[in-house]
Order: sequence, then structure tokens, then C-alpha cells
Amino acid sequence: MKKLLIPALLSALIVGCSSTPVDETSGAPVDSRGSGVAPVTAGGLDSRGLPRELTDPKSVLSQRSIYFDLDKYEVKDEYKDLVAAHAKYLVANKGFKVLIQGNTDERGSREYNLSLGQKRSDAVKRSLTLLGAAEAQVESVSLGEEKPKNPGHDEAAWAENRRADILYRAADGRGEF
Amino acid sequence: MKMTPMPQIFHKILVFLSLLAATLAHAQLSIEITGAGANRIPVAIANFAGDPAAAQVVTATIRADLERSGLFKLIDPAGATLDENSQINFGDWKGRGADALAAGSLARGANGRMEARFRLYDTQKQAALGGAVYVTGNDQLRAAGHRIADYIYEKLTGEKGVFSTRIAYVVKSGAQFRLQIADADGQGAATALTSNEPIISPVWSPDGSRLAYVSFEKKKPVIYVHSLASGQRQVVANFKGSNSAPAWSPDGRKLAVVLSKDGNSQIYSVNADGSGVQRLTQSAGIDTEPRYSADGGSIYFTSDRGGSPQIYRMGASGGDVQRVSFEGSYNVSPRPSSDGKSLAFITRRDGRFQLAVMDLASKQVQILTDSHKDESPSFAPNSRMVLIATEIGGRGVLSAVSSDGRIKQRLSIAAGDVREPAWGPFNQ
Repeated sequence: MKKLLIPALLSALIVGCSSTPVDETSGAPVDSRGSGVAPVTAGGLDSRGLPRELTDPKSVLSQRSIYFDLDKYEVKDEYKDLVAAHAKYLVANKGFKVLIQGNTDERGSREYNLSLGQKRSDAVKRSLTLLGAAEAQVESVSLGEEKPKNPGHDEAAWAENRRADILYRAADGRGEF
Repeated sequence: MKMTPMPQIFHKILVFLSLLAATLAHAQLSIEITGAGANRIPVAIANFAGDPAAAQVVTATIRADLERSGLFKLIDPAGATLDENSQINFGDWKGRGADALAAGSLARGANGRMEARFRLYDTQKQAALGGAVYVTGNDQLRAAGHRIADYIYEKLTGEKGVFSTRIAYVVKSGAQFRLQIADADGQGAATALTSNEPIISPVWSPDGSRLAYVSFEKKKPVIYVHSLASGQRQVVANFKGSNSAPAWSPDGRKLAVVLSKDGNSQIYSVNADGSGVQRLTQSAGIDTEPRYSADGGSIYFTSDRGGSPQIYRMGASGGDVQRVSFEGSYNVSPRPSSDGKSLAFITRRDGRFQLAVMDLASKQVQILTDSHKDESPSFAPNSRMVLIATEIGGRGVLSAVSSDGRIKQRLSIAAGDVREPAWGPFNQ
């Protein structure tokens, strides 16, 4: 993510340079300073073709994980603002779709955990659609216990793995799924 | 170690079968047996005559198979080489303690293929119990050994043997998942599918030619049917939401599957080509892990409709739901045996996940392991053993347990985590 920000900052500097008066006698032409710098459109896209507001760490929309308590499937109050921000984005950007992947910790049957993860992603989907996102914009699926974020076998690891993640895809098909 | 006969004679034998397959390049499963049946049948397998190298492979395979089953006590033939027509000194073999004796030979046939001939004798009755000839390629000598071991097993126990069946399982090494097929003894592993995303829930078609499984390669669970000989794969269920937990109907025409397309995880049936989706359960909670009974008349499944995950049974077209498990607050992964008599499942007791078997007539439940992370039980086609995934030292291993809990075999692979075992049908 940090790497992606660098070209944006450089191009901002270059734009700044061209607007200040240039001393014609001071050596190297200005345009040579721009070589090797990728052009970035304002409000730019990241490497997956998604708008930067979805991935910029400073944007609330870059927060994509919702954590759940043991054996619980309700979206906790502390995540209400986060879910509301994503719902607002989907309402304003009808061409965008999200895939919600539910996850569980490693204990118990893999297939039963797949269904538990589905309950978590379904809960996030319900919140998004209640706040105005269209049914067709949201798909909820489950990865069960198969894709742990934390590979550990203790309570701290399990808490990190009881989670739903939101993945975005733009209207042109580019994105995270 | 006590050598006196006990109700359960516990012994520990390490059988490094990889020694037999030194020419095979890939990592093999090795098998450790702990515990054995109470009344093991003493049997001697003479060194087979004929081509010495081929005979060595075949007799070693037969002996290892019989030993591994836990039902036989191998009597040392003391170097005796006998073919299927040799004169048998029954008194001599009886004196060594053998109730049964097999003798045979390996010879190259006219077309260059190997012919394995053998005869099985009852030393008490001093009579032949039968014999057969199996013709194989040179690379299939172990298969011939398995067929002979199956013949001996059936003649001496009255049940069909499972030595020539195959198993499927998933190996995770690093970030890679491999769906593998191996002989029931873990030898001859071949990879059917390699993926960077998880593969779970493989199940064999009743004819053993195809596997259905769940793959996450599309960033979500999707059900495939995979023809093993051609490698051809077909998507059977890729609906909006999750698609998982496939189970074949005994006639191989349908699959029971779990779909979340209409909300919760619910059970549906689809034709094996993915057409004709029909919903079978209507609950507000989770219904998953369907398995047809051997007669195809009912489906066992896991549901949390009663507040905790328990095992239920319903008609194969839905309806007439009855609760099957009652003890404990977590009973999952029901697997009915093919003889219709028992149900294997995983139960949580004191935070440990253990293999249990229920006698369906008496509803009696027996816990068969003392492990803490048993998963994915799978009956052998003769209903005598159950294959499970479990964890030892933080690593996934496979274990086979006899339905009475007396015999335990551990199958472990040198590199990687092994999980999601599925025991295939009888060799056809």
C-alpha cells in the first residue's frame, strides 16, 4: 500500500513544479524529471483497478474485517459505523459489487464450520442490504476454517479467525475477487 | 511386553512399507499399528516360487496386508518356498501353529504379463480352501498381492477384504493443497488435483471412477465432480453463496449437497451433472453434512435446529425428520456404514473431538479414540474399519480404527498435513 502512494506523491510534486515559474537558465529541462513516474489520475486507482478510497489506509473503507465473538453471528456495535460506510459506498456506486467471506476458528467439523462462517457473512450482508445496498451487489460466502488469518492454535489466534472480510469488484470486473 | 494371550493383545509393529516401494519417487504414507483383535487367526504365507523378485513383492504385500488388518497372526514360514502344486506337510505347519497356509508362484505368461497363482489350505482339515490366478503387469505386482490378501481374508473371516480398495485424502504442504489417491495401505499415491486454494470433503462415486469435492479456487466453495482416469472436471454446484458437503446417492445418479443460495446452509439434491436442483430441508438454522443411508432410503445430516449441532435423519426426498444423537452438545459428521448397522460420527466430550460409533439398532454409542481433534470419518466398504483425520504433535495424520475400537492403524506422510480422508468402494 505504501509503495502505491509514492507515485501519487511524486506526480503531485511534478504538477506543483510546472505551475511555478521556471528559471530558463537553470540547466536540465523540467520534463526529464518526470521519467519513470507512472501517471496517476486524480482520485486514482490502485493496482487492482479499485478506487483509492477503498484501499487507502486513511479511508474508513479500507477497513474490511468484522470480528465476531465465539459462537456468535451478530455484527457487534463497534462495527456498525464500518458497515454503514460500506453500505453508503455501495448505494452511491451501483456498479460495484462486494463478496463477503465468512471465517471461523479451527475447532470442530470443517463442513459445519463452513456453515457457521456462512451465518457470519450472511449477517454482514443483511446489514448492508438493510442500509440500502442492492441484493445483486452483495454475495455472502464462507471459507469456514480453511483460510485462517492467524495460523496459531490459541485463543488469540482463534479470535482473529472468527471474522468476515469484505472484498470489492468494480463495474469493469477489476478488483479483489 | 506381555506375550500371554489377553482379551486384547496390544502390540506395536512398525511396518515401513516404503521399503517395498523404493523405486517410487514420491513421499509415501507409512503405517503404524497399535492394538490388535482378540482372536487373531494364525496364518502362514510361504515364500512363493517362480520369479524371485516378483514373488518377493507379492508375498511381502500379502503378509503386510494381513498383519495390518489386526485379524491375523503371521506365522514365520522359516524360509519355506512352496508353489500352488507343492505337496503340503500339514502336520508340520500345524506344529508351527498355522491354521491356514498359502502357497503360490509367479511366472511370466506368453504376452509378457505376470501370472500370480496361489492356493490356500486349512491345516486342520488338511484340505485346500481354494485358489486363483491373477494376471498383472510388472508394475501391478502389489495389486496382485492385495487381491490375494483379499481372497485369503474373505475365506478365513467370511467378510470381503478391502486391501485392493483405494483412499483419497488432501495433503497441505506450505500454501499448496493436493488431492491424492492411494492404495488402502497408503502406497502408490498419485495426485489428482493441485491447487493454491483449499480442497475439502472428497467423496467417491459408488463405482469408484469419480470424486466429488469442494474446491475454493474461485474464492468461494464450489462443488466439482472429477473423473479420475481422464482428469476431467465438471462444476456441479456454483450458485450464489456457498456450495459444499457433497454426498453420492448409492445409485450414483444424484448428489446431496449444501447450498446457501436461499439464505442459510440447507440441503438440496442435484443430478450428478448439476441439473435438477431440489430443496430437501426447510429450517431456519444450519442443515449440513448429508449422507445417504446404504439403501438410499434416508439421509443422515447435521443440524443446529435444536440449539446445538446434532445428527438427524430424514427421508431421501426430505421430510420425516428424526433426531438421532442425544448425548453431548456437539455431534457432527454422520457416516452410515454400508451394512446399514452402524453410524460413525464425531462427538465433542470435555472439549475433545472424538470418533464415536452408534449401533443403529440399540442406539448404543461407543467412543473409539482417545484423541482430541478427530475429523471426517469414513467407513471401509466392508464396514469393519473407520478412517479418520486426527492430529498428532500439531500435524494432521490419518488413522484407521476398527468399528469395535480394538485395532488402530496410523497412516502418516513424511511431509505436510494430511486431512479429509475418504475410503473408496470395493474394487470392481
